[in-house]
Formats: sequence, C-alpha cells, structure tokens
Amino acid sequence: MAKYLLLKHYRGAPAAANDVPMDQWTPEEVSAHVKYMKDFADRLKRTGEFVDEQALSPEGTFVRYDGEGRPPVTDGPFAETKDLIAGWMVIDVETHERALELAAELSAAPGAGGKPIHEWLELRPFMAAPPCITE
Amino acid sequence: MDEVLLRSLTPHVLTILVRRGADFAAAEDAVQDALVEAVRVWPDNPPRDPKGWLVTVAWRRFLDATRAESARRRREDLVEEEPAPGPAADVDDTLQLYFLCAHPSLTPASAVALTLRAVGGLTTRQIAQAYLVPEATMAQRISRAKRTVSSVRFNQPGDVATVLRVLYLVFNEGYSGDVDLAAEAIRLTRQLAARIDHEEVAGLLALMLLHHARRAARTTADGRLVPLAEQDRGRWDTQLIAEGVDVLQAALARARLGEFQAQAAIAALHADAQRAEETDWVQIVEWYDELVRLTGSPVARLNRAIAVGEADGPRAGLAALAELDPGLPRYAAAAAYLHERDGDPATAARLYAEAAHAAPNLPEREHLTRQAARLNTQLRA
Repeated sequence: MAKYLLLKHYRGAPAAANDVPMDQWTPEEVSAHVKYMKDFADRLKRTGEFVDEQALSPEGTFVRYDGEGRPPVTDGPFAETKDLIAGWMVIDVETHERALELAAELSAAPGAGGKPIHEWLELRPFMAAPPCITE
Repeated sequence: MDEVLLRSLTPHVLTILVRRGADFAAAEDAVQDALVEAVRVWPDNPPRDPKGWLVTVAWRRFLDATRAESARRRREDLVEEEPAPGPAADVDDTLQLYFLCAHPSLTPASAVALTLRAVGGLTTRQIAQAYLVPEATMAQRISRAKRTVSSVRFNQPGDVATVLRVLYLVFNEGYSGDVDLAAEAIRLTRQLAARIDHEEVAGLLALMLLHHARRAARTTADGRLVPLAEQDRGRWDTQLIAEGVDVLQAALARARLGEFQAQAAIAALHADAQRAEETDWVQIVEWYDELVRLTGSPVARLNRAIAVGEADGPRAGLAALAELDPGLPRYAAAAAYLHERDGDPATAARLYAEAAHAAPNLPEREHLTRQAARLNTQLRA
C-alpha cells in the first residue's frame, strides 16, 4: 500500500472545464456537490483506503524569519496572487493506477448545471518507510 | 499475564473453531472475546490447560452469538460432517490459517492485515499504528478480508509462494511504530518453518535473519542510513548470522533453488566478510545471475550491475548498467556510485542529485543529497 495526498486548489491549478464559481451555482447544486464529496469519503472508509481529510480556510499568509529579536515578516495584503489550497485528502491504496482513478473520480464532483467540474487535483505520493531489504 | 503465550495460542484456537464449522469472521470475534476474558480471569485463576480453556470459552461465545435458527441448523449440519471436537492435534492447524490469510483472492495489503490479525494475534489498533492509518480504516480492511475468505473452504490447499510473499511484505515494512513488524515477520516465518518442510520457507527465514542481524548497524542513532561498506561490522548480530547461515545451508542442500534462497545467499556472503574489502563479489555476481534467471526481476539486474562493478571494476559495472532501463528505481543512484568509482566526480554529483530527487523515502533522499553535496564540495576545492 502507498499513501497519496490529493490536493484541492482554490487557485493555482489549471482552470477546470466547468469553471463556474460556487456562489453562482444553485443551492441544490451546492448540496449535490457536498454530498458527492461526502459519499466519496465514506466509500473510501468502507474500502479501507481512507486516511485523512481536512478543509483549509482560504486565507493564507507567507511568513519568514527576519533576524534575531525581530518579529516575523508576513507578506502583506497580496494573498490573491498565490496558489491557495482548499483542502486535502490522504488515501492509502494498492497502486498508483488506483490513486489516479480515485483522484479522477473526485475531480468529477458535480458543479454548475449538475455537470462534473473537471477540476484539476494534485496527486502527490508520500515518502515511504525505508524497506528492510535493499541490497 | 503472558501476552506472548496468548498471542501464540490465538491461531490454534481460531483454527479449531473454524474446523468445527464456525465461519471465519464469527470465529475471530469469538476468539477475541475469549482473549479479553482470559486477560480478566487468568491473573487470579490461571488455567491448567490455557489452550483448552480458550477453546471452550471461545466456542461458547460463538454458540451464544449464533443463536438464530438458521445459523443453528447450518452449524448442526456442519458439526455432523466434521469429526467430533476433541483435543485437536497441533500438527498443521495453524498452517491452514496461514494459507487462508494469504489467499490469492485477497489483495496483498488485505492479506498482510489479516495475517497479522489472525495468525499473529496483533490487535487492529497495533496493525493500524504500524501502517499509519486510522484504526477504523484498518478495521474495515480486516473485516473485508474476512468476508472475502469466508466462503473459502478451509481444507483447500494453499499456495506457499503467496504466504511467503505476505511474510516478506510484513518484514520489509520496516520498524516504525510500537510494533516491530520485522521481528513479527521473523516470528511468524519461524512458526511456518517449524510446521512445513519447504526449502523456500527456509530461504525466506534465512534472508530475514541475515538482514535483521545487520539492523543495528544500518542507521545511526539519529536515523541516518549507513551504507553496507561503511557499517560497523562489530554491531552485526553474529548469533543471528550463524543461525541464518545454518538455515540457508540446510535449504540449499536440498538443491531446489528459489529466489529467497538466492537472496539469502547474497546476504550471507555480505555477512561473511569481516571487512568490506573482503566481500566475495565474484560469488555475489554468480548469485545475482541465479536470481535474474529465477525472477527476471529488473531490480535484481540493477543490483547485479553494482556487484559486477565491484567484482570487475566500475567500467564493467557501467556496461552492465547500460543494458538496463534508465527509468528503473535507483538507476541514477547506481550510476552515480559507479561513475564516482570510475573517477568522474562531476557526473557522479549530478547523478546523486538526480537520484535524491527520485528517492522513495526520506533517509535515502538525505543520504543521496549528502553524497552529492560531498562531491560538489570536493569539486569546488
């Protein structure tokens, strides 16, 4: 089994095919979208492939060290220029193909007009534990 | 409370229940109930026959749990067909459990989880911790696995190769977490080897023992990888090595070579060298030839190329490497090593950096990054 991170972007990923902001959808479409995501996670829990998921607040801040005795520097009011991560899901699956399949399925969540969003999800493998037998 | 005793009795008790006609999942639940009861009762009132006690309590729990009319009818039919319950012989009851838990209808991950649970007697929580997943996730994996094998007939002969693959996976999973999976895999493989006379079971056991023997020397206290050539050989466990070599020699004497024996033979040749320079690389190349012949594995070919580089010089190693697919895991790391030995630190540094980028785990990435950094520092000087 190998763990993968599914990253959902607010912004920063290539544009989705059905790229309509969520606040322009009908309430039913929003509910259908939320239900799709929940059903997806529930199904992974039953298959034993679910590890974790968290949503993130849209507001992010870049922070850096600014020298001894000085307060950290933050990047000011330019948040709209950065990539923004909406949330993540961690899955633990048998193969890379399975990870791709699940990511594609999540990307097919319904959006405006009840049609799949086709949003781009980022798929990143976790670093594994070192094996006992290497040479 | 003797936890090791309890754990070693679990598979026997489970097997007896399944033999008597309990389906696998129900039997497993009943055995768990009996274990909980044992933990409660035994400290004050230890049984004379722990196994008999567990069987009796587990069977009672199973009967309680399956009171439904249909279940009873089915059970009675099954009991009628089965030999009367009595003191079951130890012979190979657990063996059947190994085969069931590694059944080909299960995915490797499910087979591993079920084996650790049913044969190894680990708790779901312990298995979940070892694999860094939530307990609920592991519980689902195990219960799905139980459902998958619930229709498998218990007397169906199993496939030794599948069982060995599962144990190999458990061993290779490393030693993170509270449960030492490598030690657990050795314990289970020892049990298997005691029950089944098979050269590849012995080969796998030898392989595990020989690698486990070098465990203390493989990393520094702060988790850095130490390459084989630089390991402090005084920290190798000579007793485990001696045992591994004995097990291997007995297996090889039967002249039915398999991949685990070949891998163990390579590990034994490394273990045999008092100093890295004394390693018998010529023989190691011969064993890699066997391994490639047996498995055709690209990883074996890659390791063979490195061994050729040691036996016949880096040029020969690079020539062997050139015949392989550069997309192979650790190809860049192997090429980097051989180029450095061939006196080309600039190429080696570039390849080490490339290898670090593609490394599948953190200790390996850090090790390769340090190698690249070492060469780049040399080149600047």
